[in-house]
Amino acid sequence: MWSLTRGGIMQKDNDSGGPSTPSGLTGRLRRRKGSNEVPPEVVKANGNHLLVNDRNKYKSMLIRIYSSVWMIGGFAFIIYMGHLYIWAMVVVIQIFMARELFNLLRRAHEDRRLRGFRLLNWHFFFTAMLFVYGRILNQRLANTVTSDTFLHKLVSGFIKYHMVTCYFLYIAGFMWFILTLKKKMYKYQFGQYAWTHMILIVVFTQSSFTVANIFEGIFWFLLPASLIVINDIAAYFFGFFFGRTPLIKLSPKKTWEGFIGASFATILSAFVLANILGRFQWLTCPRKDLSTGWLHCDPGPLFKPGYSPVPQWFPQWFPWREIPILPVQWHAAGLGLFSSIIAPFGGFFASGFKRAFKIKDFGDSIPGHGGITDRMDCQMVMAVFAYIYHQSFIVAQSVSIEVIMDQILMNLTFEEQRALYMKLEQILQEKVFGES
Amino acid sequence: MILGVRWIAYKGKEPDILLMTTKISKYSGSGGPSTPSGPTGRLRRRRGSNEVPPEAIKENGSDLLVNDINKYKSMLIRTYSSVWMIGGFAFIIYMGHLYIWAMVVVIQIFMAKELFNLLRRAHEDRHLPGFRLLNWHFFFTAMLFVYGRILNQRLANTVTSDKFLYQLVSRFIKYHMVTCYFMYIAGFMWFILTLKKKMYKYQFSQYAWTHMILIVVFTQSSFTVANIFEGIFWFLLPVSLIVINDIAAYFFGFFLGRTPLIKLSPKKTWEGFIGASVTTILSAFLLANILGRSQWLTCPRKDLSTGWLHCDPGPLFKPEYFALPEWFPWREIPILPVQWHALWLGLFASIIAPFGGFFASGFKRAFKIKDFGDSIPGHGGITDRMDCQMVMAVFAYIYHQSFVAPQSTTIEMLMDQILMNLTLEEQLDLYTKLGQMIQGRQFGESYLNN
Repeated sequence: MWSLTRGGIMQKDNDSGGPSTPSGLTGRLRRRKGSNEVPPEVVKANGNHLLVNDRNKYKSMLIRIYSSVWMIGGFAFIIYMGHLYIWAMVVVIQIFMARELFNLLRRAHEDRRLRGFRLLNWHFFFTAMLFVYGRILNQRLANTVTSDTFLHKLVSGFIKYHMVTCYFLYIAGFMWFILTLKKKMYKYQFGQYAWTHMILIVVFTQSSFTVANIFEGIFWFLLPASLIVINDIAAYFFGFFFGRTPLIKLSPKKTWEGFIGASFATILSAFVLANILGRFQWLTCPRKDLSTGWLHCDPGPLFKPGYSPVPQWFPQWFPWREIPILPVQWHAAGLGLFSSIIAPFGGFFASGFKRAFKIKDFGDSIPGHGGITDRMDCQMVMAVFAYIYHQSFIVAQSVSIEVIMDQILMNLTFEEQRALYMKLEQILQEKVFGES
Repeated sequence: MILGVRWIAYKGKEPDILLMTTKISKYSGSGGPSTPSGPTGRLRRRRGSNEVPPEAIKENGSDLLVNDINKYKSMLIRTYSSVWMIGGFAFIIYMGHLYIWAMVVVIQIFMAKELFNLLRRAHEDRHLPGFRLLNWHFFFTAMLFVYGRILNQRLANTVTSDKFLYQLVSRFIKYHMVTCYFMYIAGFMWFILTLKKKMYKYQFSQYAWTHMILIVVFTQSSFTVANIFEGIFWFLLPVSLIVINDIAAYFFGFFLGRTPLIKLSPKKTWEGFIGASVTTILSAFLLANILGRSQWLTCPRKDLSTGWLHCDPGPLFKPEYFALPEWFPWREIPILPVQWHALWLGLFASIIAPFGGFFASGFKRAFKIKDFGDSIPGHGGITDRMDCQMVMAVFAYIYHQSFVAPQSTTIEMLMDQILMNLTLEEQLDLYTKLGQMIQGRQFGESYLNN
């Protein structure tokens, strides 16, 4: 998995790529100055550093395209398989990301003296996973195990004592940490502890929001993820062909031309993509339990096409007189705007971080791209935004219903829930029929 | 994450706190001699201040706290400030939920200030104007987020009388998450745009440090405030147990302390630990009885008013009478069911909460800091007092949610909540969802039975 692209290539665009010279399993630690400097021959060739002028750039572009195609293909296959498999993919990506990041700031010398310290990291990882996914999926889990009363009791017990379990797992890790503090290694251990927490927060915040999005309907996961990919690719190509003015000191490879071109491309494709994706029930229906079968549902007003007539200035040969616009496309334009303007800051943050700690890439799992974290940095910012946007503007569901449903689920037995249901039915019928 | 350490010059003593010698206080608490050093915390070479003074060793082979006259002086100072803290605290409890919340917020601000200042380096900070403001921006965003989530329902219940205010509040609640998110993103972008060459590592470390502080401070305070509004009892009992544990361990250690407990905190002893555990569990049992009789403490607060509270205390606070053996002066004792819950809280407070103190001690050793601050004479900074409280507050909330609330939640209570807090559309929505969930299970069960 070592890509052997040659010498200091100035790529005018996005992403951590550039020459990916192999360096060792724990990420690439390279003197930043060495790998990002313009090689003397390019400077002599032309006063400005145009990506298009260097033949070796085409070679690196080919490698990147090759691995991108594989990633996108694999991703499309998982989407076809369904919600549960997408969730599994998210979990796998998380594990790899956490592994890359855990390894990043470890110091082999100290680690030899602290046995079992790495295990502590994975203990906290497991606890966080149990906590986050338990919270998001508890209702859906309850809806899945309806057929077996024993499993049902197990699941309701799990849901009821979920927070206590996770808390005690965390406290066990906390106590383990304190009891294994070694003299003269305190600073290293506290640093690692804080680093572990930061990693877990970053990794799990975005993945919890991603999974919540998935179960609301694959559309709300697929659209934001695609927009980031489109933004990346468009910025790369715009930069490759037109890049001239550097965008930000942090990432010398990014240019204003790439940025603006990518913004337009992203917003436009958001609008179009939302139309295409919104026609599939597989993508738009929410999943209420953890099954894997086919889905049918009423898509809701957002996905019903409203026909608007084609504007006057369109040429006569245009075959359609009316365009179907799904209301969701306007939301998608909002998502596109965010992903082109603000999501790149996730990339800047990762670049700044790598410079601060003199790291070339987070890992080297993906040829031409770097590690998994390098691919996920913008996705993380976008996933959180997509979830919050969805909760605030699309579902517009009040917090109260969630809170009360949670209470009903956790605090009442099944018979009590049924009794509550009957009472509520009576009262609501009185209200509704009383008013009419 | 590599955090730097800052050494400041020792500034000289303040006249009213003249604890001269280095004493070995055999008990917990960061106290010991609180030599003043300057507003940004005490940075002292740890070895110097915790070593046994040569005269104590020559006097007796073991370092008994009780043998040193100066220890009585430090105990007096500690007792004096403790009395003031406890008195002030009792006053706030009397004033009510809203004032307790305000006290929590004030404590948070001071704690955050202490912690933000702790690992700053004045040299770098001069090159980065406005960087400290970023910390407070994130602090304010976190505060808005956390308290908005916990108190939104109660805020809505408070302003039902005024139509305009109600609209404003429901809009705030609806767009609460988006607002907080955009404020956070604004801070994030501001951070990235102000990254300066050659200062990247310092800035990233400070950013991570800010996040860790805010998480630590706000997790425990959000759980504390949630506890308060469930009933002051659920805030007061855990806090009192930690205070009792501290005080009992100090005195047991003072008079009986011999065997060191853990290398991290050389001042703690097994005698102090065990004595304090027994005392804490016993006082948990008794204190729950005393506190549980007051409606002011046991009733939950459903809105943000400050008036007197009346409510049905619920099955947990109704006394059950147990018969006692012949030789006891009383025939029966009333035991509130909540006392059994209090036992568990007491157990946790004595066994696990001290680990919060060990963590803080280890942290101070790792970064060669004497105390987090010096706001409280004899005790150190506010964070020094709050370290065990933080672990306890989180546990108290989780215990309450998992074991107490299910017992006291009845169908009537939930019906009340549904009818009072939800609009008609929301009620219908809830009804549909509940129907789906139940029908799914009913179908499953009937399938199984057939």
